[in-house]
Amino acid sequence: MSEFNGILTVTVFLPALAALIILVAKPLNLDDRIVRWFAILSTVAAFVLSLVVFLAYDRVAGGVQMVDHLNWLSAQTIKSSYLLGVDGLSAPLVLLTGILGMAAAFASRSIELRVSEYFIWLLLLEAAVFGVFVSLDLLLFFVFFEFEVIPMFMLISVWGTGRPRYSAMKFVLFTLAGGAFMFVAILAVFLTGAVETLTMVSVPELGIDGIPDQISGVNLIAPASLIFAFFLVAFAVKLPVWPLHNWLPDAHTDAPTAVSVMLAGVLLKMAGYGMIRINIGFFQETKGFTVHDAAGILSVVAAVSVVYGAIVTIRQTDMKRLIAYSSVSHMGFVLLGLTAIGGETAAHQLGGINGAALQMFTHGTITGLAFLMVGLAYDRTHTRHIPHLGGLWRRMPVIGIFFFIAGFASLGLPALSGFVSEIMVFLNSFPVWPWAASVSAFGVVLAAGYVLWMIQRTFFGSKPPEGGIPDDKFEELTDAEPLDLIPILALTIPIFVIGIWPKVVVDVFKIGIEGILR
Amino acid sequence: MASELTIWLIVALPAFSFVINGLILRWLPEYGILSFRFTGRRSDLAGWLTVAAIGVSFILSLLALIKVASDGAQQFEMHSWIEIGGVDITFGMMLDQLTAIMLVVVSGVSLLVQVYGIGYMHGDDGYTRYFSYMALFTASMLGLVTARSVIQLFVFWELVGISSYLLIGFWLNRPSAAAAAKKAFLMTRFGDFGFLLAILYLYSNDPSWLDIEAMYGAIAGGMMAVSVASWIALGFLLGAIGKSAQFPLHSWLPDAMEGPTSVSALIHSATMVTAGVFLVARFFPLFEHSDIMFLVTLVGAITAVFAASMALVADDIKRVLAYSTVSQLGYMMFALGIGAYGAAVFHLFTHAFFKAGLFLAAGSVHHAGGTFNMNYLGGLRDHMKITYWAMVIASLSLAGIVPLSGFWSKDEILAHAAHADSTIAIFALAMGLIAALMTAFYMFRAVFKTFHGEFRGGGDKERDDIEASGQQAPDGLEHVHLGESPYTMIVPISILAFLAIVAGSFTNPVVGLGIVDHHAFSTFIVAENTAVFPDHEAQVHAGSEPKFDFLIAGVSTLLAAAGIALAWALFTKRLLISDGVTRLVRPVRTLFARKYFFDELYEDWIVSRGFYGYFAMLMDKLDIVGFDNVNIQLYRWTDRAGRALAKVQDGQVQTYGIVSVVGLIVAIVIFVVVAQ
Repeated sequence: MSEFNGILTVTVFLPALAALIILVAKPLNLDDRIVRWFAILSTVAAFVLSLVVFLAYDRVAGGVQMVDHLNWLSAQTIKSSYLLGVDGLSAPLVLLTGILGMAAAFASRSIELRVSEYFIWLLLLEAAVFGVFVSLDLLLFFVFFEFEVIPMFMLISVWGTGRPRYSAMKFVLFTLAGGAFMFVAILAVFLTGAVETLTMVSVPELGIDGIPDQISGVNLIAPASLIFAFFLVAFAVKLPVWPLHNWLPDAHTDAPTAVSVMLAGVLLKMAGYGMIRINIGFFQETKGFTVHDAAGILSVVAAVSVVYGAIVTIRQTDMKRLIAYSSVSHMGFVLLGLTAIGGETAAHQLGGINGAALQMFTHGTITGLAFLMVGLAYDRTHTRHIPHLGGLWRRMPVIGIFFFIAGFASLGLPALSGFVSEIMVFLNSFPVWPWAASVSAFGVVLAAGYVLWMIQRTFFGSKPPEGGIPDDKFEELTDAEPLDLIPILALTIPIFVIGIWPKVVVDVFKIGIEGILR
Repeated sequence: MASELTIWLIVALPAFSFVINGLILRWLPEYGILSFRFTGRRSDLAGWLTVAAIGVSFILSLLALIKVASDGAQQFEMHSWIEIGGVDITFGMMLDQLTAIMLVVVSGVSLLVQVYGIGYMHGDDGYTRYFSYMALFTASMLGLVTARSVIQLFVFWELVGISSYLLIGFWLNRPSAAAAAKKAFLMTRFGDFGFLLAILYLYSNDPSWLDIEAMYGAIAGGMMAVSVASWIALGFLLGAIGKSAQFPLHSWLPDAMEGPTSVSALIHSATMVTAGVFLVARFFPLFEHSDIMFLVTLVGAITAVFAASMALVADDIKRVLAYSTVSQLGYMMFALGIGAYGAAVFHLFTHAFFKAGLFLAAGSVHHAGGTFNMNYLGGLRDHMKITYWAMVIASLSLAGIVPLSGFWSKDEILAHAAHADSTIAIFALAMGLIAALMTAFYMFRAVFKTFHGEFRGGGDKERDDIEASGQQAPDGLEHVHLGESPYTMIVPISILAFLAIVAGSFTNPVVGLGIVDHHAFSTFIVAENTAVFPDHEAQVHAGSEPKFDFLIAGVSTLLAAAGIALAWALFTKRLLISDGVTRLVRPVRTLFARKYFFDELYEDWIVSRGFYGYFAMLMDKLDIVGFDNVNIQLYRWTDRAGRALAKVQDGQVQTYGIVSVVGLIVAIVIFVVVAQ
């Protein structure tokens, strides 16, 4: 039985189509401004679509909705189909992608080099991320998950700063190595006779019996623990989890602003999404090994990620690198939340995973905003070296205020969204893994340390007398332009809304996670 | 009239004022909207809007107090904030006796400080920003005292922290202000870590305890084990120690004087730092149920003397007051520790007025003298009579001279300690008496050095001296213009001085005063607070019927008088000062003046060297030469292996032939060997 609503297909392929149009129009040698605004407007359209998807998701009905289903390969041999759909877990992440895609496009207004190519890759990147979040077929998911590497490589290596080639290559090697593990894991699922589908979820209304149902209790061709581990490695590289994190600081530091926004904002979330959808979704009732068995060790890894990431963050002197390392720490909270799956009560399991999912969303907007503000400041100061900065507030108070909001959201200040997700993670992981949660909670103190110290050294105080920006240049520094407020507010509004009334997103995530937990 | 909406409005009005000031009055004019005379950076509107908002909050708070006084604690519905898997994290309003008192104190003192700020901050480039932060602070503090859920309380607790960060770092171009703000936030956050862990532990035991009233019920019903209560209380205590700047997390408060003086008056004397004491009072049943009351007493008693000792030698008048605050909070803390709930809240109440008055008077002094450094002040008595008398009254009250308010509240604490019948209480009593002597001395040292004798040049002289020694003068020094401050400043000071006189004997009289009943305050805060003190025995224990102890009162008054006399002898008559004495006290003086070297210990040794310079540096190195190097080596070896293997595929048919033949021979040999 097939169903085709179309909205998700349009959402995914609209940015790709826009990229194609820019490509086709390239021989016309259009003015850069036209290309730029065409690209920006198409991300705005994608944002509107993503908002429609989020709002149209029926919270009462629940389950998988807005399905697009086509049998494109021979269902008997490959067992794969074109299946898009959203549930409560993916709907907010689709919205997040729409928000950040738009913010990234706006933040790319200052790009002058090879504008057409730049926006083609940026739009393809957005399309790939949309694809990851709405694909419900494992093979399709894998294709989108891996495809994203190509635009990222191009964007970092051509438009990056510092050592862009090195960083781009490092990113590719890490991601592909992780992808190889995932591919083997997918093969193992595929080759298991008892599993007759590659559909990642069950959709009873369409008569689809997904992997989570079919994989339970059957004999797999490889030990379940091994398949689990192979999936996990792919996602752990991407999240990133200590000690597989070293690609992240380089990629972030050298990427152009918009790409850092996308990378921190949504690309890392594909990993957390994968962990929930696959590592938790598939392995709850597998024979011989379940995800619950791995939770203990993962909680330790999470705690190490949080604290280690935070301590290394404190030492950084490059603003972007500092935020990049802080992402390692904050993604540790995601993993910690997921380990609540090892708990006894459904409330803790649900709450922990929900906290993790919310942490992905909040970190996307918060860190996206932080990178955006650093980018704006860097466009003006041409340095991100913290000892060369200081007193920026006097010249750029608007950038300062929003950087401040991002910083305080990141250190978990209540009324901003970071607090809600962190408290949800802590409350529900503590009863299950008290020591790991306690150690991780100390990450909040460390976060206050690096955030406040960075703000103190860059925006507060006065300009350093030596090094840094010459006096006359300093006096010429300008603040954000009115147009910059569009991406800024697009990221800031969710930070406040979720911080004060988290139900808008939590209630949707809840539906999805209840569906995934068995 | 005290519906739930009223209570929400008390919190929400200042919050609205924050949003309107911060967003609309400050920023819209920058984009060409609403830009007229009363908006922008120095919007006059901002000041009056904040005063109006907090004024209405204050009136509503009074109504709430009247309601509670006549009808007892009010119950309101809880609302769902996050609900997952059957566990609902709720929020709601709490209006019991403690809340009602705190509401009036916070909104009342804040209102006076805002009026004062209109004069004090006039002409400052950050005028609008100042009032928006002040409104945020007031809203947070009001939210804190009305919170009924532990999570909700924590939310406002942190918001109070951020407000104080913003206000301490108000002059953010001054590096010292930025550093002080960071220090305050970080040190209190260290305490908050304990608070957070306690919340997690509490939740893991029973999520329903997040509702404070449910927690009271659980404790009264014997549903909470003593060990559980002790761990939770320990975490809360750590949070309270951070927030109330108790030993050993005290060292941020003196630095926090970097903010405008009116800020210090509001957040570092009367309200914010009392949040820690409030926290212990709020969870008093939990603390009573736990094993750690002795720790509360110990922390408070040590802090009372420890902080007072540093006030003895401080040169900056605001720092004297800051240490004094820490010391007085120590009194409140140990009062709670020995179970004297009524006395602790009473002291919090009276202290709020005279301490706010002292800070505002100090600001007035700065207005005239241009500096807070008492070595450059003196003789101001003739130039600012109102400020002088307000300062003297508030100081007498703080020193505990009969019949001013501080006398009654401090005495009640000491009397409780004397009658508590335990070793720790005797220790607390001794510390309390020593601190009483010190308090009188340092306060009158400040009064005499500032207002008596000859004027020693003020801010102008200090700037010249500092520049003559080749250093850069700090930003806080202003020009001298001797004379009384404007009415917006003088009126609030006078009102606070008046309250410093009457707040004690009127609110909690030892004999009935006709309109005010015998022990009205203690009856209200303890005996009527049946949720916290269910039976008569508990009420008496917590001080619902305080007894006036003539012995204790006499001793403490004598000590206070001795302190004042000593200060008088030393600083107006220059008696007892000789080289010998100076040499004798120098080591002690250095120890006090350098704050027992706690800044060096924490900042230089633990944080800069130990953590940042050594531990974090190692981790950073580990990341680069450890983990990242593994990746790079892995890449190199793969690369090398690839190149080596590529040599095999060199396209030479002869080589392929040789390798094939050799391989075949080897294979045959192995096959033969294995077959045999």
